[in-house]
Amino acid sequence: MAEAATATKGHADGETRRDFIYLAAAGMGAVGAAATVWPFISFMNPSADVLALSTSEVDLKPVQEGMSITVTWRGKPVFVRRRTKAEIDTAAAAKLGDLPDPQPDAARVKKPEWLILVGVCTHLGCVPLGQKSADPKGEYGGWFCPCHGSHYDTSGRIRKGPAPKNLEVPPYAFLDDTTIRIG
Amino acid sequence: MAAPAFKNALVRWIDHRLPVFTFLQHELHEYPTPKNLSYWWNFGSLAGIVLVVMILTGIFLAMHYTPHTAFAFDSIERIMRDVNYGWLIRYIHMNGGSFFFIVVYIHIFRGLYYGSYKAPRELLWIIGVVILLLMMATAFMGYVLPWGQMSFWGATVITNLFSAIPLIGDGIVTWLWGGFSVDNPTLNRFYSLHYLLPFLIVGAVLLHLMALHRFGSSNPLGIDVKGPQDSIPFHPFYTAKDAFGLGIFLIAFAGVVFFAPNLFGEPDNYIRADPLVTPPHIVPEWYFLPYYAILRAIPNKLLGVIAMFGSILVLFIVPWLDTARVRSAKFRPTYRKFFWVLVVDCVVLGYVGANPPDGWFIVTGQVATAYYFFHFLILMPVLGLVERPLPLPHSISAPVLKPAEGKA
Ligand code: HEM
Ligand code: FES
Repeated sequence: MAEAATATKGHADGETRRDFIYLAAAGMGAVGAAATVWPFISFMNPSADVLALSTSEVDLKPVQEGMSITVTWRGKPVFVRRRTKAEIDTAAAAKLGDLPDPQPDAARVKKPEWLILVGVCTHLGCVPLGQKSADPKGEYGGWFCPCHGSHYDTSGRIRKGPAPKNLEVPPYAFLDDTTIRIG
Repeated sequence: MAAPAFKNALVRWIDHRLPVFTFLQHELHEYPTPKNLSYWWNFGSLAGIVLVVMILTGIFLAMHYTPHTAFAFDSIERIMRDVNYGWLIRYIHMNGGSFFFIVVYIHIFRGLYYGSYKAPRELLWIIGVVILLLMMATAFMGYVLPWGQMSFWGATVITNLFSAIPLIGDGIVTWLWGGFSVDNPTLNRFYSLHYLLPFLIVGAVLLHLMALHRFGSSNPLGIDVKGPQDSIPFHPFYTAKDAFGLGIFLIAFAGVVFFAPNLFGEPDNYIRADPLVTPPHIVPEWYFLPYYAILRAIPNKLLGVIAMFGSILVLFIVPWLDTARVRSAKFRPTYRKFFWVLVVDCVVLGYVGANPPDGWFIVTGQVATAYYFFHFLILMPVLGLVERPLPLPHSISAPVLKPAEGKA
């Protein structure tokens, strides 16, 4: 107590070594708290086994022209569409200025015939319709999301509705002419 | 405060060391309550009772429920068919959720009508809004547990709301899911949190009550208790009135549980979750429909999400938005009309939320959303300043004792 009193007296501006120690201790405490919170936050992120499951191989042989199949990748549907000539042409012909999320068709495919998309609406995550022949395909002949009415074209690009972005193209590679690996 | 003399020696012995009996005596018996409370004041204690019912039935359901994507749906069907009285416990829990929201919404509108949020009860009101948010989170996560189609797609759509946040949105969604889609890790954590949050609600309710007991209940006239002639002890008068209201409530509740248990439910939730097929028409539980309508009213994803959260957050500042000097809408003829317009507006929003977003529904949803915010952000502050309230009675007992003076 006596020392504290003299320490304060020695500094006219009111700053003391004790203030510094308070600040340093509180700062250290904050760093420690953050370091303790981090494992808990990280705990909730995808675990090693979930990450390990993140590639799928797909055999393309059975898919005819004009047909689509749905496969699963990381628990999500992936659309594999073997596009017709007409579908490729309309996708290529779309003017970039008309697109909410402008992207040329060529940048979304490795081979124009094969369109590979994550089948998850970029609005709030529903699975758009359009994979089966009887499904509504929307005003642009691709996919239609029934949840809040988003229309996608034959390149999976958003054309109308609340979705902000084009359907995502997952990372994939052709292992040979008829097999792809997604992820 | 002098300790009351309890007759029972054991009670006296305990109370001397742990004054729980004094506390109860003080908070229940001596607690002076305005003598003019109407039945609209029953819904607070009702909400508390429903919370207890939810916790009890929930703990029992947990004894037979399995939080795993491969077993959750079947474990619920087992509860419904094989477990003794499983159907009863589950139907009480399932419909209890709906009745909880009915009771709490009435409780909130009561507050809006009678100005219960006005000084000095601002914190009481704010804690109430916190309880509403906790309830919404609890109910949302509970609805995911049966792992039906609506569980899965409701969880998908609602968690995806966070992807609207710029830059970090997608990272947050992956973090919430613990994976790349709603899956087993998501189900597990929702179960863990669904068990936890109700107990946080209990904590918030205790704070709510502490704040309430500081100044006591407001009342339909919205004027302060002026003296002992204006109040009566809570017990036995309001315990009896609350018990009577509870009886009526239980008749309605039991009617639904026994005769229309799926009234509030969606048939699609009796179909096992399928991550590859979205049901053609996704709707949230009825108590979320107005917010869902607000979300969809705005064609921009981020702004839609902001408006949706904003519709609840605006309640936090209601005590400061309302500039009127009198509490009760009884003495505010104009505000009273707009109050009912707001009620209708919320019902319209709910109706729009239940329907697919096309044609006529889009415009209606947009108008109703605009009105909702207009009511709180513009009407409340402006009307409070320009409206001329009717003269207030001198005291709570004045209109009863001297009717002519009170009516003046
Ligand atoms: C604030 C109180 C609570 C609310 C509003 C609430 C709400 C809900 C809702 C809406 C469901 C879905 C019902 C259905 O469609 O089947 C549900 C399910 C469930 N809840 Fe709760 N709950 C609450 C408290 C609790 C507590 C304390 C537990 C204890 C562990 C619990 C355990 C469960 C279980 C195991 C299920 C799955 C069984 C089922 O779906 O019927 N709940 N809850
Ligand atoms: S999720 Fe597809 S339009 Fe909303």
